[in-house]
Amino acid sequence: MTITETIASLRTELDQYPDWEERYGHIIALGKHLRPYPEEHRNETFIVKGCQSRVWLHPTFDNGVVHFDADSDAVIVKGLVALVLSVYNDRTPQEIVASNDDLRSELGLDQHLSQNRSNGLASMLKQLRLYALAYSMRKATS
Amino acid sequence: MDDALHAALRAEFPILSRTVHGGRPLVYLDSAATAQKPSAVMNAIANYYSTSNANVHRGGHALGTEATERYEHARATVADFMKCDVGEVIFTRGTTESINLIASSLGQLLGTSLAGKSIVVSELEHHANIVPWQMLCERSGATLRVISLDENGVVSLASARELIDSTTAIVSVVHVSNTLGTAQPVQEICALARNVGAFSIVDAAQSVVHHAIDMRSLGSDFVVWSGHKLYGPTGIGVLCGRAEVLERMPPYQGGGAMIDDVQWERSTYQLPPLRFEAGTPNMEGAIGLAAAIVWLQGQDRVALEAHELACTQRIESAITAHPSARLLGGAAAVRMGIVSFVVDGVHAQDIGVLLDEQGVAIRTGHHCTMPLLRRLGVSSAARVSVAAYTSESDLQAFEVSLTKTLRLLAA
Repeated sequence: MTITETIASLRTELDQYPDWEERYGHIIALGKHLRPYPEEHRNETFIVKGCQSRVWLHPTFDNGVVHFDADSDAVIVKGLVALVLSVYNDRTPQEIVASNDDLRSELGLDQHLSQNRSNGLASMLKQLRLYALAYSMRKATS
Repeated sequence: MDDALHAALRAEFPILSRTVHGGRPLVYLDSAATAQKPSAVMNAIANYYSTSNANVHRGGHALGTEATERYEHARATVADFMKCDVGEVIFTRGTTESINLIASSLGQLLGTSLAGKSIVVSELEHHANIVPWQMLCERSGATLRVISLDENGVVSLASARELIDSTTAIVSVVHVSNTLGTAQPVQEICALARNVGAFSIVDAAQSVVHHAIDMRSLGSDFVVWSGHKLYGPTGIGVLCGRAEVLERMPPYQGGGAMIDDVQWERSTYQLPPLRFEAGTPNMEGAIGLAAAIVWLQGQDRVALEAHELACTQRIESAITAHPSARLLGGAAAVRMGIVSFVVDGVHAQDIGVLLDEQGVAIRTGHHCTMPLLRRLGVSSAARVSVAAYTSESDLQAFEVSLTKTLRLLAA
């Protein structure tokens, strides 16, 4: 599936939970299923700036695709992080850089995120794209 | 407070009848961040622009005279409210600007004599009462000293006695902590400052809304606060200073209205308070603030204070009913209007998000008191705060929503 298709299918999945309690329950559960974050990378280098809670994002580049591990000390943010990673994980850097999807509005998160949290998510998406951009340059110059 | 009376008071705040998140009644428990405004304040601002708007202190025409009268009448209203003289009231943008003004002006007044001296604050201070002093220390070579906190969220007078000594030039302390809600022994601390000849400042941003303040009996050189936390408009604040101190202080900013005479060689300045109000002031702000004070003074303030204390205690009980929750400031702390808490294994932001989803507005984060939170061993806390309009249904909604929130987060 392309990034756009993945976002659309996630939207369908989230729309199955019109009730706010169930929706947050689902988002929190998604966070709990994230692969454990590598402890050796739980440091300042991998902290995403601009979030009220702490968010760590660590990339690896292998076999031409980028894999991200992430974690947060707040469970709702961690669930949102899991949503983001389910869209962008294990794709080529070029695909991530080329994508111009607005994840927040396409997932319908805008109305459920305060400006603060929305900024945090935006910071994370920006960081993720920067890593992808760096990997895409590396490939171009190698 | 009588139910019908309280319902009538609450009805004066139009915003409180709105809903959020698709039809949930708004439960506004973030008044310590900013209070909502009664119609009287909004009407006063609209009326000013509809009838009397002109620049003040420039004279010349009917509207200018009227606007000046209304602006100066607002100053007199504040003076009456603070039990000080009208010349002792300076309008600023808020508490933050008031403190920056004092730090800048006292810095100039004291000049090189500040090198090697000390400036004393407490562990409870808001960043606005820390950073301007750190900046002054950097400029002047003074050192910052920090009065420590006891286990009940109150500054230790023993620590204050130790730190305030003959080297102390300035003492600046908070009246009611914006994070813990605890009242501080500011009268005693100001007396210690006076005994060593230091200037004293009381940050009354969170206290003036709950309890009447008498500038003289507080015994400080300066009292500062913000209009928007006192049911007034945003962008207007107050600096009350003792006349004999203000008269010695140089201006903070230069510009129009603050001058006596301007020549290319040098300028001379107005007497206080105009010396400290360069440029066109926030006229609508001052007039709106005066309306807020008149509104507040028109209430039974003793009954309101009892109401706000009772609401605070109900909030405390709703939180401590959960064994995983812990109030900041200790079990014996006496809180006024503000209650902060943490929950074992739960990030405060998650609590804020889920309460918001149920229409309940609280604040989460470091509350601009990072050193205090570090001292208490937490990085983030949830803060609930009440005001005159906080109702029984707000309290019940908070209780129910918090239970639901913690259940969801424990799942």
